Amino acid sequence: MPRRLGLRAVALGYLVVILLAPLGMVFYRTFQSGLEPVWQTLSDPDTIHAFRVTLIATAIAVPLNTVFGVLCGLAIVRRRFRGKGLLNAFIDLPLAVSPVVIGLCLYLLYAPRGGWFGTWLAEHGFQVLFAMPAIVLATIFVSVPFVAREVIPTLRELGNEQEQAAATLGAARWQRFRRITLPSIRWAVIYGVVLTTARCLGEYGAVAVVSGRIEGSTETATTRVEDLTLTFNTAGAYAVSLVLATIAVLVLVAMTVIRPREENA
Amino acid sequence: MITTYLLVIVVLPIAALLWESHKGGLHAFWQIVSSPEAQSALKLTFGTAFVVVVLNAVLGTVTAWVLVRDEFRGKSLVNAVIDLPFALPTIVAGLTLLALYGPQSPIGAHVAFTRGAIVLALCFVTLPFVVRTVQPVLLELDVEMEEAARSLGAGQLAVFRRIVLPNILPGILSGVVLALARALGEIGSIVVISGNIPYHTEVASVFIFNQIQSGYPEYAAAVATVLLGAAFVLLLAIGVLRFFATRHERA
Repeated sequence: MPRRLGLRAVALGYLVVILLAPLGMVFYRTFQSGLEPVWQTLSDPDTIHAFRVTLIATAIAVPLNTVFGVLCGLAIVRRRFRGKGLLNAFIDLPLAVSPVVIGLCLYLLYAPRGGWFGTWLAEHGFQVLFAMPAIVLATIFVSVPFVAREVIPTLRELGNEQEQAAATLGAARWQRFRRITLPSIRWAVIYGVVLTTARCLGEYGAVAVVSGRIEGSTETATTRVEDLTLTFNTAGAYAVSLVLATIAVLVLVAMTVIRPREENA
Repeated sequence: MITTYLLVIVVLPIAALLWESHKGGLHAFWQIVSSPEAQSALKLTFGTAFVVVVLNAVLGTVTAWVLVRDEFRGKSLVNAVIDLPFALPTIVAGLTLLALYGPQSPIGAHVAFTRGAIVLALCFVTLPFVVRTVQPVLLELDVEMEEAARSLGAGQLAVFRRIVLPNILPGILSGVVLALARALGEIGSIVVISGNIPYHTEVASVFIFNQIQSGYPEYAAAVATVLLGAAFVLLLAIGVLRFFATRHERA
C-alpha cells in the first residue's frame, strides 16, 4: 500500500501547489483589507462597463456558435461531401492556434489603414477594430469548436435508425430534428454551451489585441484585470478576478452535473 | 452555410495573416524570424512548452491513475477540480499564481519574472489535458490482464511497462499534443507573471502582442506564422493519433 499512498500524495500535492493554493491565496488577498476596496472596484462605472462589454460579446457568440456547432455536427456525421476532412480540421483550429495570433489575423483584416476590409469599411463609416465588432468577432473565433466537438461523438453513437423510422412514418425533416435528434443530443449541446460560455467570458489574448482596451469603452473584464494589475490597483484586480473565478467555479459545477447525463444519454 | 460561416470567421483571417507575412517575400520573412529577439522568444516558447509537456505527461498520468485506481474521500471533488484551468480565465490564472508565487509570496517562493514562472503558468493551464485523455483509457483497461501478468511473476514495474503503458500511450500522446498546442500559444496566464523581459522572459505570443502594439504588424505576422505552422503540424498529429486510436474499431 505505501506505493499507492505515494502516488496519491504526488497527484494531490501537485494539484495543491499548482491549483488550489494559488486560488485560495486570491480569495484571501481579495478580502484581506475588508470589503470596502472590493466594493469600490466592482461599483466603479468602468468595471461595470467592462463586464457589460464581455457579456454582450458572449451573448452574441454563444447562440451563433451553438447553432453552428449543431449544424456542423450534423453535416460531419450524417453527410458525405468533399472537403469534410478539411472542415473537421478547421473547426479545431481555434483550439490549436494562439489567441494572440487570432487577434493579429483580425487586426490585419480590419485595421482601418491597410486592412483587407478595414480600409473600405472605414471609408463607409464603420469602425470594426478597437470597437465592439472586433471584440465580438474575436470572441466568436476563439469559441467556435466547443459545441461541435461535444455534439459530433454523441451523434455518432446515436446512429440514424430512429430518424429513418420517423421518416418512413412521414415525419418532415424539421419534425425529425425537433422530436428525435435534438432531445437525444440535448445534454451534449448544453455541455458545449457551458464550455463556450466559459471560453467567451475568459477570452483575453485575441481581445487584448483587437479591442484597443479603452477604459469605459472597449475594455473587457479580462483586460480590465490586467490594467488594474498594471496600475498597481491590486485589490481591484483581485476583486474583478474573484467575480470571474466565481463564474468559473459555477461552470465547473455545471460541468460536473451535466457530464454524467451526457454520457448516459 | 456552415462553410461560409467558418470561412468568414476562421479561414479569411488566417489567409490575411499568411498573406501579410509573405508580402515582403520569403527573404524578408526569414530575416524577421531569425532576428535575435524573435529567435530568443521562439526558443523560449518551444523550450518551456517542451519542459511543461514532459512534466504534465508524467504527473498527468499519475493523477489519472490515482483518480481511476485509488479510492479516497473527496475523490469526486478532486476529479471536478482538474477542469478548473479550462473554466478559469487565463488572466485570472496568472494573477492567481502571482498572488502565491509573486513578490508578496507569503511562503517566500518568489519566482515571478523568471523563466520558472512561465513553466509554472503553463503547468497550470495545461494540467487537464493528459489527465482527461488518459483517464477514460484507464477506466476501460481490463485489470485481469495485469493480474494475469502478476500471477506469472511480473513485478510492479514490469506490469506497468509491459501492459499498462502500451495501452495508455496513445492517450498520453494525444494529451501531450493538445497540451503542446495550448502551451505554445498561451498568453493570458504568462503576461502578468513573466515580466515579459525581451531576450529573457518574453515568449513568442507576448512578442507578437508587443510588435502589434508598437506598430510593426509585419514583425508580428512573421512570428505568428511560425506559431500557426506549429499549430497545423499539431492538428495533423491529433488527426493521425485519432486514426490509430480508432483503428481497431473500424477494422
